[in-house]
Amino acid sequence: MAFPHRPDAPELPDFSMLKRLARDQLIYLLEQLPGKKDLFIEADLMSPLDRIANVSILKQHEVDKLYKVENKPALSSNEQLCFLVRPRIKNMRYIASLVNADKLAGRTRKYKVIFSPQKFYACEMVLEEEGIYGDVSCDEWAFSLLPLDVDLLSMELPEFFRDYFLEGDQRWINTVAQALHLLSTLYGPFPNCYGIGRCAKMAYELWRNLEEEEDGETKGRRPEIGHIFLLDRDVDFVTALCSQVVYEGLVDDTFRIKCGSVDFGPEVTSSDKSLKVLLNAEDKVFNEIRNEHFSNVFGFLSQKARNLQAQYDRRRGMDIKQMKNFVSQELKGLKQEHRLLSLHIGACESIMKKKTKQDFQELIKTEHALLEGFNIRESTSYIEEHIDRQVSPIESLRLMCLLSITENGLIPKDYRSLKTQYLQSYGPEHLLTFSNLRRAGLLTEQAPGDTLTAVESKVSKLVTDKAAGKITDAFSSLAKRSNFRAISKKLNLIPRVDGEYDLKVPRDMAYVFSGAYVPLSCRIIEQVLERRSWQGLDEVVRLLNCSDFAFTDMTKEDKASSESLRLILVVFLGGCTFSEISALRFLGREKGYRFIFLTTAVTNSARLMEAMSEVKA
Amino acid sequence: MDCYTANWNPLGDSAFYRKYELYSMDWDLKEELRDCLVAAAPYGGPIALLRNPWRKEKAASVRPVLDIYSASGMPLASLLWKSGPVVSLGWSAEEELLCVQEDGAVLVYGLHGDFRRHFSMGNEVLQNRVLDARIFHTEFGSGVAILTGAHRFTLSANVGDLKLRRMPEVPGLQSAPSCWTVLCQDRVAHILLAVGPDLYLLDHAACSAVTPPGLAPGVSSFLQMAVSFTYRHLALFTDTGYIWMGTASLKEKLCEFNCNIRAPPKQMVWCSRPRSKERAVVVAWERRLMVVGDAPESIQYKQLTIQVLLDRLVLRRLYPLAIQICEYLRLPEVQGVSRILAHWACYKVQQKDVSDEDVARAINQKLGDTPGVSYSDIAARAYGCGRTELAIKLLEYEPRSGEQVPLLLKMKRSKLALSKAIESGDTDLVFTVLLHLKNELNRGDFFMTLRNQPMALSLYRQFCKHQELETLKDLYNQDDNHQELGSFHIRASYAAEERIEGRVAALQTAADAFYKAKNEFAAKATEDQMRLLRLQRRLEDELGGQFLDLSLHDTVTTLILGGHNKRAEQLARDFRIPDKRLWWLKLTALADLEDWEELEKFSKSKKSPIGYLPFVEICMKQHNKYEAKKYASRVGPEQKVKALLLVGDVAQAADVAIEHRNEAELSLVLSHCTGATDGATADKIQRARAQAQKK
Repeated sequence: MAFPHRPDAPELPDFSMLKRLARDQLIYLLEQLPGKKDLFIEADLMSPLDRIANVSILKQHEVDKLYKVENKPALSSNEQLCFLVRPRIKNMRYIASLVNADKLAGRTRKYKVIFSPQKFYACEMVLEEEGIYGDVSCDEWAFSLLPLDVDLLSMELPEFFRDYFLEGDQRWINTVAQALHLLSTLYGPFPNCYGIGRCAKMAYELWRNLEEEEDGETKGRRPEIGHIFLLDRDVDFVTALCSQVVYEGLVDDTFRIKCGSVDFGPEVTSSDKSLKVLLNAEDKVFNEIRNEHFSNVFGFLSQKARNLQAQYDRRRGMDIKQMKNFVSQELKGLKQEHRLLSLHIGACESIMKKKTKQDFQELIKTEHALLEGFNIRESTSYIEEHIDRQVSPIESLRLMCLLSITENGLIPKDYRSLKTQYLQSYGPEHLLTFSNLRRAGLLTEQAPGDTLTAVESKVSKLVTDKAAGKITDAFSSLAKRSNFRAISKKLNLIPRVDGEYDLKVPRDMAYVFSGAYVPLSCRIIEQVLERRSWQGLDEVVRLLNCSDFAFTDMTKEDKASSESLRLILVVFLGGCTFSEISALRFLGREKGYRFIFLTTAVTNSARLMEAMSEVKA
Repeated sequence: MDCYTANWNPLGDSAFYRKYELYSMDWDLKEELRDCLVAAAPYGGPIALLRNPWRKEKAASVRPVLDIYSASGMPLASLLWKSGPVVSLGWSAEEELLCVQEDGAVLVYGLHGDFRRHFSMGNEVLQNRVLDARIFHTEFGSGVAILTGAHRFTLSANVGDLKLRRMPEVPGLQSAPSCWTVLCQDRVAHILLAVGPDLYLLDHAACSAVTPPGLAPGVSSFLQMAVSFTYRHLALFTDTGYIWMGTASLKEKLCEFNCNIRAPPKQMVWCSRPRSKERAVVVAWERRLMVVGDAPESIQYKQLTIQVLLDRLVLRRLYPLAIQICEYLRLPEVQGVSRILAHWACYKVQQKDVSDEDVARAINQKLGDTPGVSYSDIAARAYGCGRTELAIKLLEYEPRSGEQVPLLLKMKRSKLALSKAIESGDTDLVFTVLLHLKNELNRGDFFMTLRNQPMALSLYRQFCKHQELETLKDLYNQDDNHQELGSFHIRASYAAEERIEGRVAALQTAADAFYKAKNEFAAKATEDQMRLLRLQRRLEDELGGQFLDLSLHDTVTTLILGGHNKRAEQLARDFRIPDKRLWWLKLTALADLEDWEELEKFSKSKKSPIGYLPFVEICMKQHNKYEAKKYASRVGPEQKVKALLLVGDVAQAADVAIEHRNEAELSLVLSHCTGATDGATADKIQRARAQAQKK
């Protein structure tokens, strides 16, 4: 349980500096509008803001009332209004409606818009079109990296996934480059860079340009982090689509972890109240079980509860002095631990209620069958039944996508019938959902004559070569062939089973999926780090359809200490899952590395599917 | 050697001066200087002469000639003056020659007589003509002050950033002032003018009378005034031959002197050596020069910085010398050699007789990728000289593609600008270019351009989705992108349209588009939806309740829940709902209604396509074990064990599993054996297992 790190494992850099920087900058911006002001905050920014500056800090800087940005007229009577928003057009229209309403009423106030993490020209243009550009002042709060945990930095940009992988909108890539630049300014240059994926390559190049422009700033610094690995989410959709079974992932799938904390409802807290709980390394109980396969967690927690009880029980037979000592020194800690234990036990029970039913077992069985590529007909029927029974719209979509990617697309008959069934269950607007999924390469139809792999890979090569040219939908779905089966074979993603897989003492990263599958993304990272390059992985890279976008840049390591060379920053563009984080933490413990994760947002299968779903507004 | 002081002459009691020739002028002047307009630049800068400036009085055929010489009289340029009559000449701080014409136009020339630009001093000046003009220098740059024929002053404090300021009227001024000058105090330019015995100070708001302290009485007119280079000191020459010297603020007198010459001097200037504490005024008449000194006082003079010196060398095209100085002084490359080279390149692009290729190559060879050199700046210069092609060639050497964009836009190479913006990865830059293109091109061409740039197209589509829906439609239309058009109308059918007719119409358009896109599946699905919508509407009318916007599945479920079984079946037939789904659906709905009788009837209507295990499951979900058991008996052998376990009949489940000799089933049953009650069953299974192993 909670295997210790090897004694030679490197220390993690201190990322709390990022929080301080963000806070100081925000305070500076608030002070640019002296005097009392009301602050309108976009809903998506509330949780991240809460991790940076609490209400009392805001009040200290003369923020009077706080409002949520929503489509309602503002009731604020303040003379100064400040808006803290993401650079989205709908926000601009909201602000414009407020300002224009004031104008109509003959009222003049001061308005300030703070864009986070940056402003976009399109937003300013909308302000201009709405006729209020001169009435508002605009600022940027370059808050792009939120340390959610000692080893996890999130950009909190869930829309990155849809914007880039569906809409082809590249505007966030620059934001990523800026964030990387900030990291190298604070923690020194990265001697080794690896990456895979088109977006990874673009972000990397933009970042390089930034470094070159500010030549010298980072040059003399000692690198603190030896490697950086950038990876596009679409290199590995499979892992993100799987049901999670390590504790942290399961908590995310079940209760949704938002910005590092979770709302445990009454069914968990066994009271009538919900409780917001921060989930990170500081929670000692959680830290011990977060990376564990769920089947071990309950036993561990009950053992822990028994131990705790034993410690409480020591009170009996204590004399007054011992009791005094106990109360003043141990009781608080024990109580705290007790509180956390009962919370996680509650969560476990709630998860077990939902997930250990036969339904869930069958679901996992189907997933494993899909990953291993046997009983495809049976799995297809299972999915069809899943849809017919209206079990869950998101789950059904997820299974369809998993089937499509592992099988290089659905056979035409299944493609049509599953879609028809789905539309009958959930409504015709999902025609758009399917169109989205197809465009993103998540749910596609097998091209006729699918055996022509050689020809096709040539064609797809051509398509990627002409990256800047036009790519029609038909071609792009062709180019996005997943080749999962072949990759799986090449990289040995499905471990050979000889006897039972011991989930208590995992032997490889497959434990995060009950020993059935090694996450592709993590395997790629493992292989490249082992080789210190992509050498010998040409075939894998070709199968991933990323041949132009896998890169290695080894610069000087002289200045890097051997410790820092075992620190690896993994950047997930489009989101990473807790299962991947757990798997790489495991790999780190095995090899004496430490991984640091930077993601555009923490994601899971449901979030990916929701991002692709069209829902009636 | 024995007499150092031999050529020194006494000046007053305590000072001496000497006169010697530093160098002789190289020029070969044909006219007398008095016939020319003359302007000498400060710091030993160039000298401009305009010969025969008063063309009007002479034959029209004799055009004035503008000559520019270095300070030592080396000719730099000579050109025929073809513009209007010039009133005044002056050099700007950047060593540009400003020629103020009578009509208020100011023509700007470079050191080598190259025309740079022109600007006007405004309508008022144009109408009333220029009577007199001064070029002056402030810390912001060089300014021009004009006295018009209407005796009004107009000035611009910085010709680099032209803002004209018309000064207030001087009350009662009927004729031109006897003399005037520009003062610069507290960063604002003022005009000091003399009218008869009075002095007036003009600022942009008011005209106020001023009196110099300690001015000797009896003055009836000021003939000449001079302000020092730093605007700290002022000298006044009166009609009594009296010179007043004091601070320009007119708060303090420094000294006075009576020279007893009443004739108006031709010129009066302040002079002093750098770092010297002695200041003096030099007054010149036709044949007499007088130096008037005053008491020492500390004054700081700004020196020429090395940067300015280099600039001056560059202006004189003495590039190699400038580079040698840079190297000698070991200036950092960016401030030194790179800057000189960049200037050289800017000069090079003006050599019109050299081909674009050669110029570009020569520049690249010499500059390479020297740090601090901006190829886009050089290209901008080339474009300024009308060499667009050369500019484009030079831009190719600019490593930062983002830097190329503004100039490309200026040169109307918007499509190239778009490619470069895309290359830079800066989406804001791309968006800027897009808006440029949108205004520049007609819609068709604009869309066509987008079509070839997927990245820009995505960006623009995203914008349109939120801000210009109609444009989005046009975009798809232009591309014949029927698939996306179909999706567009589907979205409109539920987002934009309220009325059912409108929604059906939108869906029809969508279906048509899907057919064109050869997406028969989507087309059929859309048509089904149209039918469903109409039907739902009818159901609402006839049965009441809420049907609109339900999925097909939910519509049928709602009908069953409402007891409209016939309708439900009809709908299922009409929309070809597969049997399996219909069974699941009915099963769930009837169980929800707890209509066990109907459920049993339904289960017997024909052989269940989904088997009978779901019946068991659903009854158990409703906690009806009695009903569940009915169906458990009908479950097929494969799922029998599961069904029996569900209804809690562990013993029978064990029997079946033993009968099947199925190890998986055996362990499943075993895992359900709990406590004492199932002890016997567990034993039975173990025995069966042992037996199986024996065999």
